[in-house]
Amino acid sequence: MKVYLDNGTTTSVAKEVLDAMLPYFTEKFGHPIFVYSLGQEAADSVEKAQKIIAKTINARPGEIIFTSGGTEANDFAIRGIAYANKKGGNQIITTKIENPSVLRVCEKLEKEGFKVDYLDVDSQGFVNLNQLRELISEKTALVSAMHVNDEIGTIESIEEIGRILREQNHKIYFHVNAAASYAKVPINVERMNIDALSISAHKIHGPKGVGALYLREGTPIEPITFGYISLFTLKPGTENVPAIVGFGKAAELAFNGFGKNVEHMLRLRDKLMAGIEEKIQHMVLHGPRGNKRSPANVNYSFKYVEGESVLLHLDLNGISVATGSACSTRKLEPSHVLTAIGVKPEVAHGAIRFTLSRYNTSEEIDYVLEVLPRVIENLRKISPLKPEKF
Amino acid sequence: MPVEYTERSLLKYSQQIIELFRNPKNVGEMENPTVTAIEGDPKCGDMMQMFLKVKDDKITDAKFLSFGCAANIATGSMVTEMVKGRRVDEAEKLSIKEISNKLGGLPMLKMHCAVLAHKTLRKAVQEYKRKKVEGGAPKTPT
Repeated sequence: MKVYLDNGTTTSVAKEVLDAMLPYFTEKFGHPIFVYSLGQEAADSVEKAQKIIAKTINARPGEIIFTSGGTEANDFAIRGIAYANKKGGNQIITTKIENPSVLRVCEKLEKEGFKVDYLDVDSQGFVNLNQLRELISEKTALVSAMHVNDEIGTIESIEEIGRILREQNHKIYFHVNAAASYAKVPINVERMNIDALSISAHKIHGPKGVGALYLREGTPIEPITFGYISLFTLKPGTENVPAIVGFGKAAELAFNGFGKNVEHMLRLRDKLMAGIEEKIQHMVLHGPRGNKRSPANVNYSFKYVEGESVLLHLDLNGISVATGSACSTRKLEPSHVLTAIGVKPEVAHGAIRFTLSRYNTSEEIDYVLEVLPRVIENLRKISPLKPEKF
Repeated sequence: MPVEYTERSLLKYSQQIIELFRNPKNVGEMENPTVTAIEGDPKCGDMMQMFLKVKDDKITDAKFLSFGCAANIATGSMVTEMVKGRRVDEAEKLSIKEISNKLGGLPMLKMHCAVLAHKTLRKAVQEYKRKKVEGGAPKTPT
């Protein structure tokens, strides 16, 4: 049996999405800037995708700018807003558990003279809001926080952060990386007081290489790429029309029956968690339980075994998962998120992340619950670490 | 900033490594070993324990336990396999390169795993020599 439980990393392209995209490679291939019908057909399709996506987050179609993915959306939002508002203040506040596509950009800004503060999180990954209140100053120009943590599934109090920022005497722009929450947790840019929001197509059964930045009308931002202006004045270059069409279709599919999809993932998530806790000893859950956890995320450390070995044994059994183990990365350091929530390195090395999609089935979870305990048991048999040694 | 390209081979495992990971050799605890040694630290993500049975300076059996990745388990298998039947001074001379070559080459980022197995072996051999100096050849309990 093949079971794909790494949907937080990337997803398969849904059949309907691929079908919607295909004509845009060969027949409807026009450049959206030109007035001839081929061009207008392409421009219409981009507008249609803007409309679909805007509706899913309570924005206006014109506020949706397509990018090459979540990484570019984050970079554009953070640097663009930071540069445009430099005179007002050079302080940026973000968190310790952001995706590298936010952290690396913030580090670059630090080198350029901006002051960046990184908020602490508690043992379940919730951002310290008191610290945020204390750190806000008249120099604060931008706050960037993720909606759902991609590793441990914590749903952050975005609405509360939005409220805190709204209460200030001067405007502080609010960027939210919603790549891990889009189509899984409701987003409302008005209610949450969000000025910029990044999403990505390939996390919701759309194609790779396309994302979007919601940018509230009137937000001062500087472009970070330069060139020929097509549909978006701030984002030059020829639009990736087939991918944008696919993104729109993927959003349409994910939000048609949003509640049903979420409920399905929740059922599978809770079944997997209950099964793991019943069948495997010496495990540690990372992230919260219940309704503050993403319906798509399950993350446990299995003590005394190393994550990459678990990952590869599951792979030999047809199951794809991710690990927080250092050994599976190029850096050989344990995950910064697990470190930030206070997980000891020797435990972090055994972290396994399972991420669900609406296409996973209950039978697949049964199969994982049959294979996983066996894999952990076998690896523990050959481990020099034993419970009594701790 | 100079351009740095990341090679895929930094992380890619050879068929030999995958095979030894799937079916490791000489893995498990040894009863009554002549010497045992532990190297590595679980905090850093890998740790190995090795057991040797030695008779008249010749390694008659070798086993290991591993808390580590596939490369760690595969190198443990390979090292224990290579030293069985060798004299302790020969085993001590075994190089990381020899181990890596036998495994069809290790991905660059995983070289430290081979180093760990190599270190554990040397530590076990040194422990054997130390015991021998202190109180005659350590007897393998029967």
